[in-house]
Amino acid sequence: MEFALSEDQRLLQDSITGFLKDTVPLDVVRRIADGDAEATKAAEQGLADMGTLGLNLPESEGGYGMGLLGACLVQEALGHYVAPSAFLAAAVAGDVLARSGSNLAMGIASGVESFGLALTELSSRRDGAGVKVDNGKLTGRSLLAMVPDGPNHVVVADETGHLHVVKDWAATPMRTIDRTRTFVELSFDQVSVVETMPDAARALAIARLLVAADTLGAAQAMLDKAVEYAKERRQFGRVIGSFQAVKHLCAEMAAKLEPARALVWHAAYAMDTGDPEALVMANLARAHLAEVGTFVAKTATEVHGGMGFTDLLGLHYWFKRIGVNRQLFGSPEQARQAAAVAQGFVEA
Amino acid sequence: MKLDLSPEYEAFRQDVNRILTENAHLAPTPDDKGFKNPKRLAWQKLLIEHGLTARTIPKEYGGSGAEPDLLKSRIIAEEFARTGIARPLSGQGIAMLVPTLLELGTPEQKEKYIRPTLHGEMIWCQGYSEPGSGSDLASLRTSAVEDGDDFVINGQKIWTSTAKQADMIFCLVRTDPDAKKHEGISYVLFSMDTPGIEVRPLVDMTENANFNEVFFTDVRVPQSGIVFEKNKGWQVANATLTHERGMLGDPNATKARFLELVEMMKTETLNGERLIDNPLLRDRLMKLQAEVYAMQANGLRVTTAALNKQSAGLAGLIVKLQGCELNHQIAGLAIDALGELGILYGEGDHLRADGSWQWRYMYDLGLIIGGGTAQIQKNIISERGLGMPREPKPAKV
Repeated sequence: MEFALSEDQRLLQDSITGFLKDTVPLDVVRRIADGDAEATKAAEQGLADMGTLGLNLPESEGGYGMGLLGACLVQEALGHYVAPSAFLAAAVAGDVLARSGSNLAMGIASGVESFGLALTELSSRRDGAGVKVDNGKLTGRSLLAMVPDGPNHVVVADETGHLHVVKDWAATPMRTIDRTRTFVELSFDQVSVVETMPDAARALAIARLLVAADTLGAAQAMLDKAVEYAKERRQFGRVIGSFQAVKHLCAEMAAKLEPARALVWHAAYAMDTGDPEALVMANLARAHLAEVGTFVAKTATEVHGGMGFTDLLGLHYWFKRIGVNRQLFGSPEQARQAAAVAQGFVEA
Repeated sequence: MKLDLSPEYEAFRQDVNRILTENAHLAPTPDDKGFKNPKRLAWQKLLIEHGLTARTIPKEYGGSGAEPDLLKSRIIAEEFARTGIARPLSGQGIAMLVPTLLELGTPEQKEKYIRPTLHGEMIWCQGYSEPGSGSDLASLRTSAVEDGDDFVINGQKIWTSTAKQADMIFCLVRTDPDAKKHEGISYVLFSMDTPGIEVRPLVDMTENANFNEVFFTDVRVPQSGIVFEKNKGWQVANATLTHERGMLGDPNATKARFLELVEMMKTETLNGERLIDNPLLRDRLMKLQAEVYAMQANGLRVTTAALNKQSAGLAGLIVKLQGCELNHQIAGLAIDALGELGILYGEGDHLRADGSWQWRYMYDLGLIIGGGTAQIQKNIISERGLGMPREPKPAKV
């Protein structure tokens, strides 16, 4: 038994982290948040060049066989540096395409095929939006889609819970509190369905798990920053990190975050190995990281005092990233309900 | 990451399971009460003979003499949890004193105490905390003054579990009042039958006396009871405290309680509806399940680190704090889910689970405080885990 990252997994972590540290420091985050397409593109291109896209896919599908655990490590690093990325959409699309035997999966790693993700119908159907398929033509609107710059396909969920690949859409930006990533409203008008896939529950669970990993990274970054700040900032003639009132806040963050990390790993491993509890764990991880992330985001900001509230430190980018993650692909309550359904506590 | 067991360990698991189920009819039931109940002692003996407890303790001291293998120990613990068959005897003698003696005891002490302790024939209590020395344990004042080959002990201990039943005590006493506080303490073993010892039960919020106060008035005990060296008791105690913190917050025990809660919420009804069908209660249940799974995964990480002889770092430091809090919350939800019937206690027709959820809710609060309070745990996590500075000592007045 070995519950720890392998040499390969640690290497992956180190190389992505190293790249992001150099490529997306705070001033670049600011430029990205202000809409600097060049900065976004440089980060995206660099990540693609490192082979992140499709890395979760088996080698037979052109990937690196790193599985969802590998994908979670990448996503955690992205969250840690609040980096923009096409990664989440590619990882989810690649997984469901590969499992349904589509040959589109093969093109993800090489960059020939790129994907956006529009799953809102699976968790959050709204009046005034919705996606239908009639006679092989897809029509409607999907909200808060993740469609990074210029993909040639979108995986979109319809009202019956099926996933479809389409090539045509119109995108309207949806401004959220988190400006480190872009979200759009997609409109489809009688567009042709290229492929249809059945595994919507798995797609949603993977998307949720990756969001959990993103929050894990962002929350760890906030804790690190809070501890660092508390060791430097002086009041009453001593560093504030020597006051128990402050130390205990940091200890509480660490005490919640450390088991949460193990939960994300375990859920990813369960998805990769086909554990019968995999869907339960992925949904629980999503819900739990939402709660822990929210606690860390608030508490780490408080440790920074007034400075945490300002734009100067930029801590708010992490706060907002975690805030958006809490609601993405459904609220924590919805993820918990999905976990309850997946283990037969209640009927769907 | 590789969580499935190798064929060797899978075979071991099946072996353990077979031994437990084949002998289940010999296991004591909750009706077999009492510390030296013959059925419990016989069960302990059987478990030791099969290597299911006291595994790595040498045969010459009454253990099973197996090679240390953390994974096997873990498998055994899991099989006890899975089958629900009576666990081996525990208690402070077995869990804390035995490992300490193995590490630091004299050959005579090992010879004399380990075997009967393991076999449940010798019960121990722990004399650490004092009314004035809780979190600041090293400030303890119970004195041991040399007189010939003896010590004469005066003072008071508190939070002493099983003091009434104990044959022996392992006790921290001040042997050098002039030394710095950590350097004048000795760790001494002596008989609870010694004249001058008075045990008073300390009734707690559960209505039981889970603990006692122990008073020492001119208690004369042999100096040969010192473990390791005179005035080195603080080091000896630290060795045992490590063992205690390992006991508190065991994720397998937490998982077992969580499963009991799920079972209760699936069977108990309120206004004709299963408790688990209430969306508000179910949401709370799922929140706790996420925490239970997180602590289990964290436990796997800690075990892996130990198997690889590495420090688990923060993952290890947070176990007591998080585990005890989680247990308390599980009991809390059970009470809320039972609603009005959740307040019943002690006895009566409508009592659920013998009132154990209320008992646990209270007792677990005790465990949040005992064994190093939550606040002390947070100091440890922030100082050792996050590298934050210690609270400066106030200037001497």
